[in-house]
Amino acid sequence: MNFRIVHALLSRYIFLYTRSPVRLVEMVFWPIVDMLVWGFLTVYLRQNTTGDFPHFITFLLGAMILWDILFRAQQGVAISFLEDVWTRNLLNIFVAPVRTAEYLTATFAVGVLRICVTAVALVLIGWLAYSFNVFVMRWWLIPFFLNLMLFGWSLGMISTALILRWGQAAESLAWAVPFFIQPVVAVFYPVSVLPAWLQPVALALPATHIFEGMRSVMQTGTMCWAPLCWALALNIVYLALAGGFFVWILNYTRKRGLLTKFSTQ
Amino acid sequence: MPDTDHRETLLEAVELTREFDGVKALDRFSFKLRRGEILGLLGANGAGKTTAMNCLLGLTLPTSGRISAFGQELHAHRIAILQRSNFSSSYVSLPGNLKVWQNLLVFARIYGVHEPKKKIAELLEMLEVSHLRDRLTGQLSAGEGTRVNLCKAFLNDPELLMLDEPTASLDPDIADKVRKVVRRVQRERSIGILYTSHNMKDIEEVCDRVIFLHKGRIVAEGTPEEIVKRSTEHTLENVFIKIARSGDLEDTHGKEPAL
Repeated sequence: MNFRIVHALLSRYIFLYTRSPVRLVEMVFWPIVDMLVWGFLTVYLRQNTTGDFPHFITFLLGAMILWDILFRAQQGVAISFLEDVWTRNLLNIFVAPVRTAEYLTATFAVGVLRICVTAVALVLIGWLAYSFNVFVMRWWLIPFFLNLMLFGWSLGMISTALILRWGQAAESLAWAVPFFIQPVVAVFYPVSVLPAWLQPVALALPATHIFEGMRSVMQTGTMCWAPLCWALALNIVYLALAGGFFVWILNYTRKRGLLTKFSTQ
Repeated sequence: MPDTDHRETLLEAVELTREFDGVKALDRFSFKLRRGEILGLLGANGAGKTTAMNCLLGLTLPTSGRISAFGQELHAHRIAILQRSNFSSSYVSLPGNLKVWQNLLVFARIYGVHEPKKKIAELLEMLEVSHLRDRLTGQLSAGEGTRVNLCKAFLNDPELLMLDEPTASLDPDIADKVRKVVRRVQRERSIGILYTSHNMKDIEEVCDRVIFLHKGRIVAEGTPEEIVKRSTEHTLENVFIKIARSGDLEDTHGKEPAL
């Protein structure tokens, strides 16, 4: 791994984002829209319900913020790749001395930057508009963020590999892949709500343990280490599998001569 | 025939074959590119030039055969080989949404160029595009874009350079300047260049040796003068047309194209 090359690739994305205000706006626009819709819904439900229910409703905002962390990490990888496809730069990258690991690491770093921008915007709006303090999760917030970011990277590699295999026609997968798993990872409701047969599937995904943990922390103020350990262990497995899948597809595209199609599509 | 050229072999393909769905785009293609040599790869559309170039760049794996550069096998030493090589094509652009200097700086950093800003300024000057430094790459004309691509290709002082139709879409004046730059760089640094073009003037002026491909196979090889002499034609352009139509250099009665 040569970090000089990672830095070079990252600088290309930074040039792109800093010279295009539209891209910066895009990074915060949809999260803010989501935040406003969910926030007002939360306010409405809180005003019209009694007992413990209003307490549960605040989960929605926490879940929304954490979901966006996962989504932005995935987008960092997938959209960075698509930027190279859209600008027909992919072949320049693949004929330069860039290792697959260096390319992916640069896209991971883009994911981190996207998360930072989005998280700051969401946390501020949640706090200012709805008095929702994300730091109610205290230090647990850090492992929550890290684990969701790792899972986002895995999903990003899978999305990118699928686009590599199926070409630009499949680029909508860059946005769709996270939403395939959203109903299963129990973002807005506990795993127990899912049908019995689906619960083991949910528990096999690292994000589920994080969202369960988030609810536990917000409800009781404490959390046991087991869900975090599960999430981390599963993330290591998913990162290895997604990385292997990406490399396998890349080799397959080289064998089939599909890589060069990206310069002419 | 014994190999009497003792210059270092920079790039070698041995019995390279590439099939797509049972059709051979390259058929037992073998050649050597020496240090200080410009080798032209010629052929009509679909002759196999692009497939050959893609295989040599490691973008497409050959079905069989072997590619080596600097004495190392391409597949096993891809990164080390690409560090000493570069590529430019009229059909592959740099990102249009970045400024020229930003694109060149990114690639200079990738190649680990010493004093990248100085190097970029020198190359922009050499290709007479210094005034484009702060322009968006996507706003350049085809000719300007080609010259900026060439700046990228010269960034790492490559020992091995692959140029895919570098003068396509250039006006005669700029094409002439580009040819002169390529020739000068090749002479000064004794690099090996693999050069494809459909412009026979380019080939005659720039290439030391050429290979004609037809349906993935080599049908003629030698200096442009030798090839013209061996055929019954008087110009390389006519030789090209004859090979494109008949697939054979020696055929003295070139077939008329089927309409």
